[in-house]
Amino acid sequence: MTISEYFELLFTDYTLGTITLGTAVLGAICGMLGSFAVLRKQSLLGDAISHAALPGIAIAFLITGTKDTNILLLGALVSGLIGTFWIRGMTHKTHLKSDTALGLVLSLFFGFGMLLLTFIQKQPNANQAGLDKYLFGQAATLVKSDVELMIIVTGICLFVLLLFWKEFKILLFDADYTKTLGFNTKFIDILITFFIVLAIVLGLQTVGVVLMSAMLLAPAAAARQWTNKLSVMIFLAAIIGAFAGVFGTAISASQNNLSTGPVIVLVAAVFVAFSFVFSPSRGLLFRQIRFLKNRRDLELKKTLQFMYGIAKTHENISHPHAIRILNNFHGFTRKTLQKLEHNGWIEVSNQQWSLTNEGFIEAENLYNQLLEND
Amino acid sequence: MTSPQIEIQLIAVVVAIACAIPGVFLVLRKMALISDAISHSILPGIVIGFFITHDLNSPLLILLAALTGVITVILVEAIQKTGLVKEDTAIGLVFPVLFSIGVIMIAKNANDVHLDVDAVLLGELAFAPFDRLMMFGADVGPKSLWVMGVILIVIVLLLIMFYKELKVSTFDIGLSSALGFSPVILHYGLMSISSITVVGAFDAVGAILVVAFMIAPAATAYLLTSDLKKMLWLSICFGVISAISGYWLAHLLDASISGSMTTVLGILFLGTYLFAPNKGYFSVLYRHRQQRIEVSLLAFLLHLNNHTEENERHVNHLNEHINWQKVQSKTVLELAQKNNMIIINDDIVSLTEKGEDFTKLAIEYIITNKDDKIEHMKDDFFLFRG
Repeated sequence: MTISEYFELLFTDYTLGTITLGTAVLGAICGMLGSFAVLRKQSLLGDAISHAALPGIAIAFLITGTKDTNILLLGALVSGLIGTFWIRGMTHKTHLKSDTALGLVLSLFFGFGMLLLTFIQKQPNANQAGLDKYLFGQAATLVKSDVELMIIVTGICLFVLLLFWKEFKILLFDADYTKTLGFNTKFIDILITFFIVLAIVLGLQTVGVVLMSAMLLAPAAAARQWTNKLSVMIFLAAIIGAFAGVFGTAISASQNNLSTGPVIVLVAAVFVAFSFVFSPSRGLLFRQIRFLKNRRDLELKKTLQFMYGIAKTHENISHPHAIRILNNFHGFTRKTLQKLEHNGWIEVSNQQWSLTNEGFIEAENLYNQLLEND
Repeated sequence: MTSPQIEIQLIAVVVAIACAIPGVFLVLRKMALISDAISHSILPGIVIGFFITHDLNSPLLILLAALTGVITVILVEAIQKTGLVKEDTAIGLVFPVLFSIGVIMIAKNANDVHLDVDAVLLGELAFAPFDRLMMFGADVGPKSLWVMGVILIVIVLLLIMFYKELKVSTFDIGLSSALGFSPVILHYGLMSISSITVVGAFDAVGAILVVAFMIAPAATAYLLTSDLKKMLWLSICFGVISAISGYWLAHLLDASISGSMTTVLGILFLGTYLFAPNKGYFSVLYRHRQQRIEVSLLAFLLHLNNHTEENERHVNHLNEHINWQKVQSKTVLELAQKNNMIIINDDIVSLTEKGEDFTKLAIEYIITNKDDKIEHMKDDFFLFRG
């Protein structure tokens, strides 16, 4: 399938269009709320909550007997919230650490969910098949009403985000200060956690319980590398999430036997890896380049300092010395000499160097922090 | 009980014990979630191993999958070391990616691989007795029982051999490296053991529920004791109890065995979480209340000590002055009276000798600000606690 064929199909084929739109919206909302999860160091909350949602789905089905997505997701939301508050209770009230609390809620709720699911499967009710799509997610089962629900939730979420923007922001960076300003931190905290849980629950149908945490984290972790500004980060994360959704759907649609969820996660992971390496301010590549540059610079200064040590024992500071006497010194290379000469700090002529006046002053003030440096 | 039933319970018990032991150290080292990450990311290892061996219980597959588990840990640490993201984000990124690779590998080779993601994640204990190990032409029992049995023996041997090293490095990394036990080797040793346990157990109880078997017994035991040896024994007990009663619950409900074992674990944990003495939810709540009243009492007595004039010590005035709710002031007054700290004459509250002694010490405590002193003072002076 060529790209133009794909685009043609995207607009003519109902299923592909719906799924692409759905994953894009899901990626965007996950990116937005995932930014908060990452910055609040609640990254693994997504993993725990997505697992904890399973018994809610099963119980909702047991009570109502229908497979209506909205009701099942409501059940997932309730049980996800119970899980979240239990995690908070555990870390506040006992000495169990947050990792243990997360792991407990994750595995215990999931186990209970499995018990219920297998129990349901044995029931004489023909309606029960298909509940396990929530385990691994099946983007192919997305229908228009699901996507509409996603768009509505994203809209509400965006509205609340804008409404409580400064509260969210200040709580994120300085919780104690927020409290002293008189904000109800508990309320803001619960509000943002609620929306994170909501995003997780929405994604269950598409990417499934297991991969939800990556869906939440990856766009935010990638966006974090490009900026230090919250608004830009959220915006970027939403875009990266949406792109991961669209690309992932496109790749999985173009091949047989490729489920959408894992592909989306892998695409998002590629974004993360790219950001880790190539981000200009934090990326590994540029960091390494800066590191090497600083090291060269430091060695250059060290050479200058060494020259200064020799020159100041002479009456005439510009007295020429043989380059050979620098040989014992590690910081010196032909290049550093050229650089020093280029800066006008030394002069080199026929295997001899001499410190210039400027170089002398520069070396003298090398460790003087009171002087303003360039 | 039929023979498969006994075998299933035996496997469940062995798995529970084998998981509980490394689980205790994972919980104490705050690495509980690493076990979750490992349990998911072993999938590609299992798939590759399955390509090669075509047998879920072969030792090569277990080693390969365990290797993927260790690689996960190394990857997480490498990402964390770059400082670009925090540790939890690193965990949350690595394991879904490895898991996705595993899922895609299965999907792409669906014709050659009779392996199901469900089977890896969820496991099915009920089928375990049907896969028998034949030795010298004789049937010696289910394969997974042998695999887990060997793993359990290795774990117990390692635990006995390295008990003190593990203990020291868990509670004081600095001391352990000063004493010459490399924390790095112990760390990766523990990680390898956990990976092997997860891999060995996944086809019995499933990769996600292995996590429950590792964390839940240890966390339950941790709420009850702070002695490492007791914690190990307790978590083994909880594991065994939930394995056996979980099996019968599943039998009763005709549902997933691993799911109901986890549910029993969950009930055990919930009960302990709520009712554990000293560390449980209710006892913490009770202690908070007690401390709040005692702090109020302290403030009240200091206030009395500061005011010698009679009109300042009138009950109504105090009520107004300290601005407490009626209920609270009543409990505080009663407590003070019960402990002989104050006498009330004609609605005028005054300190007794004992009350004066107490306030003197309390002021000293406030000045020196040494937190440990106040508890002794309370023990010495209080006949009745708040």
